[in-house]
Amino acid sequence: MQIYLPIAEVSVNAFLLFGLGGLVGMLSGLFGVGGGFLITPLLFFIGIPPTVAVATGANQVVASSVSGVLAHIKRRTVDFRMGAVLLAGGLLGSALGIWGFNLLSRLGQIDLVVQLSYVIFLGLIGLLMLQESLRALRRARRGPAAPIKRHQHLWVHKLPLKMKFRTSGLYISVAPPILVGVLVGVLAAIMGVGGGFIMVPAMIYLLGMPTKVVIGTSLFQIIFVTGFTTFMHAWTNQSVDLMLAMLLIVGGVVGAQIGTRIGAKLRAEQLRILLALLVLAVCLKLGIDLLVQPNELYSISGVGRA
Amino acid sequence: MIRVLALLLLLPAAAARAGEEVVAGLSQSKIAITANFDGSDLLIYGAVKREEPVPGGPPLEVIVTVEGPSTPIMVRRKSRTFGIWVNTTGVEVDRAPSFYAVATTGPLAEILSQTEDLRQKISVPQMIRSVGAPQEIADSPAFTEALIRIREANGLYSLHEGTVGLEEATLFRTDIDLPANLVEGDYRTRIFLLRNKAVIAQHETLIDVRKVGLERWLYDLAYGQPMIYGILALVVAALAGWTASAAFRFLRNG
Repeated sequence: MQIYLPIAEVSVNAFLLFGLGGLVGMLSGLFGVGGGFLITPLLFFIGIPPTVAVATGANQVVASSVSGVLAHIKRRTVDFRMGAVLLAGGLLGSALGIWGFNLLSRLGQIDLVVQLSYVIFLGLIGLLMLQESLRALRRARRGPAAPIKRHQHLWVHKLPLKMKFRTSGLYISVAPPILVGVLVGVLAAIMGVGGGFIMVPAMIYLLGMPTKVVIGTSLFQIIFVTGFTTFMHAWTNQSVDLMLAMLLIVGGVVGAQIGTRIGAKLRAEQLRILLALLVLAVCLKLGIDLLVQPNELYSISGVGRA
Repeated sequence: MIRVLALLLLLPAAAARAGEEVVAGLSQSKIAITANFDGSDLLIYGAVKREEPVPGGPPLEVIVTVEGPSTPIMVRRKSRTFGIWVNTTGVEVDRAPSFYAVATTGPLAEILSQTEDLRQKISVPQMIRSVGAPQEIADSPAFTEALIRIREANGLYSLHEGTVGLEEATLFRTDIDLPANLVEGDYRTRIFLLRNKAVIAQHETLIDVRKVGLERWLYDLAYGQPMIYGILALVVAALAGWTASAAFRFLRNG
């Protein structure tokens, strides 16, 4: 069944989109990743204009994060105060990102910047994930490793403007969380991702937050940052396609629940290697597209519209 | 007396100009882009109306064109910069139709003269107007050629030679395939009758191509009320997320 997308102005197979949403949702349920970093490049591959893919991807992340955060709020694993500080940075970053996005659209370089960002970040995450899962696999064979030391005194603890974060049990400066927020906000605007893959490690290793509140807090922040990003894209460059978003969201939420069920039964380490390889494959495809001389050197776009 | 002189002095084509007219119809004068729109077949048919018997001389030929709304288009060219392919030069094409199909009774070059093509703007390259190419770009025709090539590859520009059926030099019909990726607007349909490579009569109608229903509503909202559209996008996403988690919690517990 073909479906005509009103904003993208292309006709695509509805089941393909539903399946895409479902597949990415399943991966996010299995591995606890947002999936935005996979859905947007997959949309490029099926011919959705990159600007629409990014803005609609952000919209899809809102839905999957709302779905995820509710469980965390119930379990009291959301540090709202830390979330708010991260959010302040995130909104600033998102506004900056939207401004840059619209500027680059006018210059005709947005597709390139989006693709380049994806190559860099997918490459990075893919390699990190692969390394992490290989290590986990080895550790699983060898037996439990030594526990990680808590309450280390990192350089971030010496900065001014300190604030107490009771849920996380931290008393640190607000500067590092705000900076992390800004970075994630820029990524959300330019890449249409939630940025969990940057924020989660940053919260654990840079801010020293306890692991149990990290996911909930990052989801909480992601809802608002991607929400703000979606709104700004819809407002300033009309690139959110609700029809496309709906199909992805419905596929995504169903997939996520299935993924969570499967994840409970399967051993995640081997699967995680597959995910890492998948991420690297997408990265490679995008990278090759940039390096190899394209069949068509010319491209067309409307004037005044991205 | 004057009529007889004209017949004797002028080309047969010019003489026929007075006598032959087009009467035409379309299978649909409105095309609705609905959510499951996947292209449409447009049947264009008609007849040649004449008071006198079919004139002799060169045979009658028919050209049918369908043209979508025109917009300015930015054509950009990539070149290798630091090892990767980057858009480096761009030319703005002032006007290019979003869709253009030409159907004829025979090879275009054999039934239409170049001067007549220039006058009536029938062939695909004639439809594209590019005047303001920047000075520093020497090969601006390459950009218009690229525009035509890309749109041809997407099925948006096409030339179908010999697809107009003509019966007894009077009845003609052709099918034009409208692709799924149509832009909405008024589509101008032109029918030309030709003799001896010159146009002797023409007829023009408009087809209204519009998004309808949900498509129309979403499109209007997105461009007319972008803030409300943005808020709607968020509400939809939040509701969907909440519903999903609630529904599955219910399933798990129940």
